[in-house]
Amino acid sequence: MENKRTCLYDRHVKQGALISPFGGFDMPIQYSNITEEHQAVRQHCGVFDVSHMGEVTVKGPDAERWVNHIFTNDVTDAPIGKVFYGMMLYENGGTVDDLLVYKMAEQEYFIVINAANIDKDWAWMQQNSEGFDIDLQNRSDDYGQLAVQGPDAAEIMEKVLRLNCDDLTFYTVKTFDDIIVSRTGYTGEDGFEIYGTQAYIQQAWDALMGAGVTPCGLGCRDTLRFEVGLPLYGHELSPEISPVMAGLSMFCKLDKPEFIGKEAIVKQKTEGVSQKVVGIELDDKAIPRNGYTVLKDGREVGIVTTGYHTISTDKSVCMALVDTEYAKLDTPLDIQIRKKVFPGHVVKKRFYDKHYKK
Amino acid sequence: MAKFIEGLYYSESHEYVRVEGEYGYVGITDFAQQQLGNVVYVDLPEVDDEIEADGEFGAVESVKAASDLISPVSGTVVEVNEALEDTPELVNQDAFANWIMKLELSDMAELDNLMDAKAYEEFCNK
Repeated sequence: MENKRTCLYDRHVKQGALISPFGGFDMPIQYSNITEEHQAVRQHCGVFDVSHMGEVTVKGPDAERWVNHIFTNDVTDAPIGKVFYGMMLYENGGTVDDLLVYKMAEQEYFIVINAANIDKDWAWMQQNSEGFDIDLQNRSDDYGQLAVQGPDAAEIMEKVLRLNCDDLTFYTVKTFDDIIVSRTGYTGEDGFEIYGTQAYIQQAWDALMGAGVTPCGLGCRDTLRFEVGLPLYGHELSPEISPVMAGLSMFCKLDKPEFIGKEAIVKQKTEGVSQKVVGIELDDKAIPRNGYTVLKDGREVGIVTTGYHTISTDKSVCMALVDTEYAKLDTPLDIQIRKKVFPGHVVKKRFYDKHYKK
Repeated sequence: MAKFIEGLYYSESHEYVRVEGEYGYVGITDFAQQQLGNVVYVDLPEVDDEIEADGEFGAVESVKAASDLISPVSGTVVEVNEALEDTPELVNQDAFANWIMKLELSDMAELDNLMDAKAYEEFCNK
């Protein structure tokens, strides 16, 4: 099947971006190089085309009850403009997807899902909407999305895009006519995500390029999110990896009357899980990559989910799913990299501190 | 634009061999380092390793991914470029000067299977 393209694809090609498939789309991986783009976001500001992300809207008398049914976080009586992070789960506690839920109005929500999961999520949402009086729509093809990220993001939003976001606090959303802006992101820096029509997104991209904002590809999006310990679906969360295993159970609100997967999560919380996602730091510069084996005394005890030589801290580190008995901080663990075995130890998953403006 | 140097032997997996007497210096081409982007780690072989033509002898890693190094020729490793352990970015600065391993070549006839600069440049531009 042919990959989809975002409304900015032609611009990426003209700007000389390296293009690779991701989540069913041909996406820009880097424009200049990953390290420079990464540093631009950490130090100033960068803009990402993330139009591949999916959007679903839900409204109707049962919208709040339905969101609470399919989503692990709790939107009950939330103020309009609040944004929630959480997961959709299978009954067994495995993860369908991780998502953002925006409360746009009473009984009206805007839901952001991962590109690779759009078809699966949409089927799951429809399948689990029976008995709810809601109007559910997949708007993934209608919206383009930009992420403007970095310490200078607020200034760029105001000066270049004329979007004043002074009143927008961390994890809130507001609208400018048909443009949706939230103070959210996937980099560990202050920043905004903008959803709009394809025409608007093209115009905004051109304005940002004209103002000299660094275009950033998915390459540095991954290094940025990894350094601050944010999960990527398919790596640190999956049908086999529950939020409890991923260390994200704070986003599962067990005092809610119900949500799909709640019983499994309660059980995992009380009885424990067999494997957990941990951080591992290597003593050497060799780089642990996704799929490499984690060893304890020569025996396989886990697998690397994401690994890099970090740009901000200059260390070879990874996130890995390991047997729970080896998940304690400072536990010595080895990683097989090609023909050699490299020693390391368990560390916190947050390899670099977040710099959110709250 | 990538550089292509006359007098070297080139493989389809983008390694080169510079022959001096019975020895061959093996590294990755300028075209390869450009494709990889910033090299952040080089996994070097060890002295005395027996290397076979078309066999893996290490890896170069960019931020994003690891790429196996495939030897164009057979031989015994007599020296590795230890500077790359601490300064892997030398490969980006000058890939042809910063070879990865020096081999005592075991079969000079293998060089006939490799491309010259002109053929390799055409191969890269395909």
